[in-house]
Amino acid sequence: MGRTVLVTGAGDALGSRLLTRLRRDPGVGRLIAVDRRPPLRRLPGVEFLSTDVRRPTLVAVLAERAVETVVHLDVRDAPPVPGESRSAVKENNVLGTMQLLGACQKVPGLRRLVVRSSTQVYGSPAREPALFGEDSPPRAAAGGGFARDVAEVEGYVRGFARRRPEVAVTVLRFAHLLGPGSDSRMAAYFRLPVLPTVFGYDPRLQLVHEDDALEVLAWAVREPGPGGGVYNVAGDGVLTLSQAARRLGRPTVPVLSPLTPWLGSALRALGISGLSAEQFRSLLDGRVARTRLLRETMGGPLPHTTAETFADFAAVHGGGPLAPERLSRVVGRFEEVVRRG
Amino acid sequence: MADAKVIPFDEGERRSRRSSAEAAGGAGEGVDQGSGPGPGESALERGLAFLRRRLAGEYEVDDFGFDRELTDEVLMPLLRPVFERYFRVDVRGIEHVPAEGGALIVANHSGTLPWDGLMTQVAVRERHPAGRRLRLLAADLVFQLPVVNELARKAGHTLACAEDAQELLERGELVGVMPEGFKGIGKPFSERYKLQRFGRGGFVATALRARVPIVPCSIVGAEEIHPMVGNARTVARLLGLPYFPLTPTFPWLGPLGAVPLPTKWTIEFGEPIETGDRPPEAAEDPMLMFQLTDQVRETIQHTLYKLLVGRRSVFF
Repeated sequence: MGRTVLVTGAGDALGSRLLTRLRRDPGVGRLIAVDRRPPLRRLPGVEFLSTDVRRPTLVAVLAERAVETVVHLDVRDAPPVPGESRSAVKENNVLGTMQLLGACQKVPGLRRLVVRSSTQVYGSPAREPALFGEDSPPRAAAGGGFARDVAEVEGYVRGFARRRPEVAVTVLRFAHLLGPGSDSRMAAYFRLPVLPTVFGYDPRLQLVHEDDALEVLAWAVREPGPGGGVYNVAGDGVLTLSQAARRLGRPTVPVLSPLTPWLGSALRALGISGLSAEQFRSLLDGRVARTRLLRETMGGPLPHTTAETFADFAAVHGGGPLAPERLSRVVGRFEEVVRRG
Repeated sequence: MADAKVIPFDEGERRSRRSSAEAAGGAGEGVDQGSGPGPGESALERGLAFLRRRLAGEYEVDDFGFDRELTDEVLMPLLRPVFERYFRVDVRGIEHVPAEGGALIVANHSGTLPWDGLMTQVAVRERHPAGRRLRLLAADLVFQLPVVNELARKAGHTLACAEDAQELLERGELVGVMPEGFKGIGKPFSERYKLQRFGRGGFVATALRARVPIVPCSIVGAEEIHPMVGNARTVARLLGLPYFPLTPTFPWLGPLGAVPLPTKWTIEFGEPIETGDRPPEAAEDPMLMFQLTDQVRETIQHTLYKLLVGRRSVFF
């Protein structure tokens, strides 16, 4: 009989894929999924608790089922339910984590805690180095929004790690997640027919393939896995936003940076929802994190580079009006005209 | 007095001839190594192939945002005429820049606008036999301005901070730093060619940690491109700039006043100061830091004086 693993925020696509992945793991005995919403699909052999991590029932669940490993995925950059307010998301991220950690502290049998975080914790003001290592101090606190949530969540996790030194605490700072069937925020942005950008800024993007993210999560859950610690998780290499837009064949519309606060409502007025101004700003803030530590610990780079991750996504969602093949034909025609003339 | 003027005149002539011969050699080698076209390919084909790659997004950008192709095909061709024809830069001692591996080039800073950094980048790319690419460390202001930040990253520049510098040096890149910063570039015309304080000497510690040589670099000519006779501090504070230059032409002539004067430049690279033989803990020794910082600073200052004595005039 393997260990009992509890996964929070398991209701979305990434969560259910992780559950499927963990079910195949011989080291995992019992799987408990927790989410506020009913799951996307019921998985056999997974006990699904439709409860809020903020409810006190969680302590009872953790203690009764003798949970040894907790995977905290319920740290989200976008509302899980469309239309939910930003403050509700923040409450879920920060207070949810506090409650979960409080519950975890009361469970003596807990051995391992894996927390999903984001490289957004580094913020991206112009006064910072181009590359962030795991030891770079989190600077997002001044920013706000999701970056700040993550900084606060990580603060509580550090406190928990101090109080329970025998628990292996692994914090995974993921770059933007993307995959062919992705419902991540980055994917929502790149599915827009025309990509709004900030005039005069061409951020560097670092992506992580959802398949790779699952592998990293499964690796972090495994026993004996990493002895805890903080890891940046991202594919090798970077793409600039303009480059990504060209590979996708989508036109970009530069927006003057003072106007970006109104962008979200302007888009909503046009019938495009799901991209608030804050989300837009943070999407367009480039940041690149060093992944040396993860590479050394896992024994190699992630299977997909940033460019390959994007190519995987573009294969499904690409082919915009400025698709590379189409432009190449135009250039070819121009060449013919020049040669003849 | 007349005699004293004649001697440097001839010497300068000979030097510039030698350096143009070197330049021809360097350029030839650069073409041989070039990643680009075969001999039969025409300029049109090359241009169209470049256009195709750009439109399709099929190019590489490194972690710092350096777009090699854009720099080589667009930015360098724009800067080359400024380098060759406008400032007529005479490059000396390029052999002191190592052909491979990391090295830190430390230069003086002047001229109100950072033309000196860009010209040093062109000098290294064009005149070095290995066609090396200089990665400049720039002030945070550069990365806050729209458009400028984008271009700076694509040209291979990054923020002047120890983390970025060390990362680049460890990757074997050639890093250029101007430790005087705003104190140097924004100093009044009356203080030209007087080196300002070299920060806290952080660049020395970075070079020691990365165990790379320090190459002192002296730039003559950039001081006179925008003779800054005054500094409108109130305007600068309002605009959030470190200084607001008043020159004989700017802002009186508007944008036209921002055109630099066509001075004659000399960029001289000095003998590298090796750091590889020092123990790793040397970077923690403040006395050694100060000593090395002073050594670099003195070398640059002396070279500046030497070049100034040998200079015929500001414009020729």
